[in-house]
Amino acid sequence: MPTFADVNVGDELPELTKAPDRSQLVKYAAGSGDYNPLHFDPDFPQAIQIGDNIIHGRMKYASLGELVANWVGPSGWVRAIACQYRGMDMRGATFTCKGVVTAKREEDGRKLVDLDIWTEDAKGAKTTPGTATVVLNG
Amino acid sequence: MVPPMAESFEITDEMRSLIGIESDPWTYEVTTTSVRAFARGVGYTDPVYFDLEAAKAAGYASLPAPPTYLGTAVFIPGRSNDTFSGPKATGPQLNPRDYGLDGLLDGGTETVYERQIVAGDVLTVTSRLSALTTRASKGLGVMLISTSETEARDASDGSLVATQRAQAIFY
Repeated sequence: MPTFADVNVGDELPELTKAPDRSQLVKYAAGSGDYNPLHFDPDFPQAIQIGDNIIHGRMKYASLGELVANWVGPSGWVRAIACQYRGMDMRGATFTCKGVVTAKREEDGRKLVDLDIWTEDAKGAKTTPGTATVVLNG
Repeated sequence: MVPPMAESFEITDEMRSLIGIESDPWTYEVTTTSVRAFARGVGYTDPVYFDLEAAKAAGYASLPAPPTYLGTAVFIPGRSNDTFSGPKATGPQLNPRDYGLDGLLDGGTETVYERQIVAGDVLTVTSRLSALTTRASKGLGVMLISTSETEARDASDGSLVATQRAQAIFY
């Protein structure tokens, strides 16, 4: 688990790779309450237009949350997390969540670490770039 | 059937008048069951999100809510959005379908937390439309981008727990 003293700008987070199939997308729909059929129904008009069901943007956002949460563990908590959905990832496609430390700072007595985070598709395109800030307890 | 694209689209004064109108408050209970369902949906394997003993051993009061999770998608028939669960927005509504924009994509999401959310929290949530813009896209025609802001407060003392800004893209 990271401590503020040991974290350095440029540190990379352990990667997290996923390839959610239709069953996993249904589980995400159930867990999040987002039942947009674009993400699981092959007959949905927009899915036909796009070519397949697409992974929920919010599931990629949540996966970036998992990347950061796995790194921080109980030694801190996530203060802020943001991302933009720049590219679609299709059902079953492999994507990898990555992160790197961009800054360390103390603010209002809190030890903060800033991160760049993103998902990469199989071709290396950053389909979901974002940022996060975590608070470390010590 | 392939839906048609919007060739041209302009934001009207009527649409702009919706900016800033706050929704009625909605109660989200964060429960062990809802945390487990969300963590399972994302694919978490860390037992702190599933097993109360593991969570307590790690120092949490109950199962911690994973980042990006704000609360149970509370569904009440007739009062919730059928597709996205949660509350139906109250008051006059933005109806992009009326303007030929049938498609919907997520543009981006930003959440700022004031503390760790754990199962047992009860959140009072309000939201408002905060901005409307348009953007031209080669593949999807003219798109309408709406930004909404959601505030989650602790129902027991009114303290701010989280603020979320989300962009929806209608095409």
